[in-house]
Amino acid sequence: MTPPTLNPLLWIVPILPLAGAAINGFFGRKASKQAISAVALVFCGAAFAVALWIAFGFSSASSPYYFHLAHWIRSGAFSVDFDFYLDQLSLVMLLVVTGVGFLIHIYSVGYMWDDDGYYRFMAYMNLFMFFMLTLVLAKNYLVMFIGWEGVGLASYLLIGYWFTKDSAAAAGKKAFIVNRIGDFGFLIALFLIIKHFHSLDFTKVFAQVSTLPTETAGAGLLTAIGLLLMVGAAGKSAQIPLYVWLPDAMEGPTPVSALIHAATMVTAGVYMVARSSAIFERAPMALMVVAIIGTLTALFAATIGIAQTDIKKVLAYSTISQLGYMFMACGVGAFSAGIFHLMTHAFFKGLLFLAAGSVIHGVGGEQDMRKMGGLRVYMPWTFLTMGIATLAIAGIPPFAGFWSKDEILWKAFGASWVYWLIGVMTAFITSFYMFRLMYMTFGGEYRGVVAQETHGHTAHGHGHGEPHESPWVMLGPLVILAVLSVVGGFVGYGNRFEHFLAPVFNGASEVAQETSREAGNSTLEHLLMGVSISVAGLGWLLAHLLYSRRPQLPARIAASLGSLYRAVANKYYIDELYAVLFVKPLIDGSTTILWHGVDQGAIDATVNNSAEAARHVSDNVRHMQSGNLRSYAGWVAAGAALVIAYMVWMGVR
Amino acid sequence: MVPLSYYLLLSGILFACGVLGFLIKRNIITIFMSIELMLNGVNLSFVAFAAHWHALAGQVFVFFVMVVAAAEAAVGLAIIIAVYRTRETLNVDRVNLLKL
Repeated sequence: MTPPTLNPLLWIVPILPLAGAAINGFFGRKASKQAISAVALVFCGAAFAVALWIAFGFSSASSPYYFHLAHWIRSGAFSVDFDFYLDQLSLVMLLVVTGVGFLIHIYSVGYMWDDDGYYRFMAYMNLFMFFMLTLVLAKNYLVMFIGWEGVGLASYLLIGYWFTKDSAAAAGKKAFIVNRIGDFGFLIALFLIIKHFHSLDFTKVFAQVSTLPTETAGAGLLTAIGLLLMVGAAGKSAQIPLYVWLPDAMEGPTPVSALIHAATMVTAGVYMVARSSAIFERAPMALMVVAIIGTLTALFAATIGIAQTDIKKVLAYSTISQLGYMFMACGVGAFSAGIFHLMTHAFFKGLLFLAAGSVIHGVGGEQDMRKMGGLRVYMPWTFLTMGIATLAIAGIPPFAGFWSKDEILWKAFGASWVYWLIGVMTAFITSFYMFRLMYMTFGGEYRGVVAQETHGHTAHGHGHGEPHESPWVMLGPLVILAVLSVVGGFVGYGNRFEHFLAPVFNGASEVAQETSREAGNSTLEHLLMGVSISVAGLGWLLAHLLYSRRPQLPARIAASLGSLYRAVANKYYIDELYAVLFVKPLIDGSTTILWHGVDQGAIDATVNNSAEAARHVSDNVRHMQSGNLRSYAGWVAAGAALVIAYMVWMGVR
Repeated sequence: MVPLSYYLLLSGILFACGVLGFLIKRNIITIFMSIELMLNGVNLSFVAFAAHWHALAGQVFVFFVMVVAAAEAAVGLAIIIAVYRTRETLNVDRVNLLKL
């Protein structure tokens, strides 16, 4: 690897959104909405522009950029600085975060315009960008951790943005707490790294790691670090068993969902695993765990997605499922395929969420798909763009999702056919529930309440008329993302994307190439490609049959499946299970032991009882001061007698 | 020669009489006199010891006690007069304005 070159532009990128957040956060309350929008968009757009500028000066052959901003921790030989670093991997992330993030900012202007806390929302969004950029551009694990915690904070603020709503506040807390569990694993991993490698700098750590042998037999240090990092990644990227926060995060405004799902936050875990590829490569067992968790999550979340009726919940589970694909790719050593899918996913999932937001906006806040339908007529642009995104996520060629998903499935097949099989099943289910969403939302007749018929008192209380198309400030980003969802996949044509990332994953891509060479003949690859296209088509067909041709059929199927359907519709009761297993014991234990026992029983009791005792004693002693001279005399005599008795006793002894 | 123990016994009796009077009498003047009795009881033991050990310090001490007692009598009687003028009684049980 060529030595990195200095590039002072690096720290400008994250600092721009921070400045925007600070300006809007401190002065936004009294500013006009136009000014707030201008500040938020200019700083965010400037970050994107700088990122593009950096990207143009950066080719896959050139050396990584770095920038040293300031000293931070100096303790003996150990040091951590505010250092930024940009290689091919961070560049991809940088462009995705700033680009998609910028589009979502534009969209938010339209979506959130009527909200009272507009300035607050824009400030949080910019803050989110800042932390995510810090995370992506960090040169060491600790600066990465700042970003890591920061996106956790920003997501908390944004998910609980409508904090007067109980469910939103609870969802924010849930996201924050579940992420804490993951962060705990991440922290322990950092401690292990410090203990054994005496540094947190990526290049230094990975250089030392690369001298260690691969831990093929049993688990060792690297496996432990890898597994702990995976715990962190599972928390941030919503993998089993820590995925529960993500569906609840739908309580936030829709642009937030788009930002969390597409550009920031959930991709952090994938990025972190990919960034730590040097560690994972030498810990096959940890890598296997990553692959298994990813595969299971992909299938598990997809099955839940089938039975959801809330348009955003369907998308949430599809995100979890797609993230599962990314981890599956990382787990089989195909890091570049994982990042490739991350990028295409950012395009089409960002698009899906923004389009869903446009739908929700258009029908006046309704999120239940059963009350939609027929929107194709009312909002053609949203229908068109969302249709493109659906084709992309379902894996229909030549849309973006097809290329990246196929890449992952191909690499997974090279590792084990089990991964591939589950991946293909998931692809089928994905295609089914996404087209189900499309048919329920845009197909058939409008099932919602139209204001004209009910004279203004509609079910959702908005006084909303017919569904309407969203303004152009919202449709613009949709169209751009739709274009990206169409063409984004061609980046990976002929393995160009993989070659671009090759300098980062030098070891890993060797592994992947080996496996592909072993299994590698193009007939097989084309056969597998055909299979995944046909399952996607089958899913579409099934959705078409059930939700367009025979719309009464799904209810009957659901009824005949009985408890199985109920389990799926209730997300397998995982939330309830966690509540019984973890939340309730924790609350009960805290109540009885910590609150009633320690706090009230010991701490409060000590203070209260000592005060009480002092009061009692003084209450009694008070009567000694009677004002009666002879009683004083008595006390003096008694005291004197006591002293004499004592002295006599001492003398006798 | 009278043995030391006799003097000490007498001194003890005087002191005990003083304490008893001090505790049970209600008239402030009597109480005052009881205090004098206790002082003199102690004085007696001082001089008895001084004579017994042939040490002058005891006798010097007695002079000091007498001087202090005289000063105390002067101040004390003045206070008693003042009390009598305001409260018109010498009964200490009725002089209890400091009562809580």
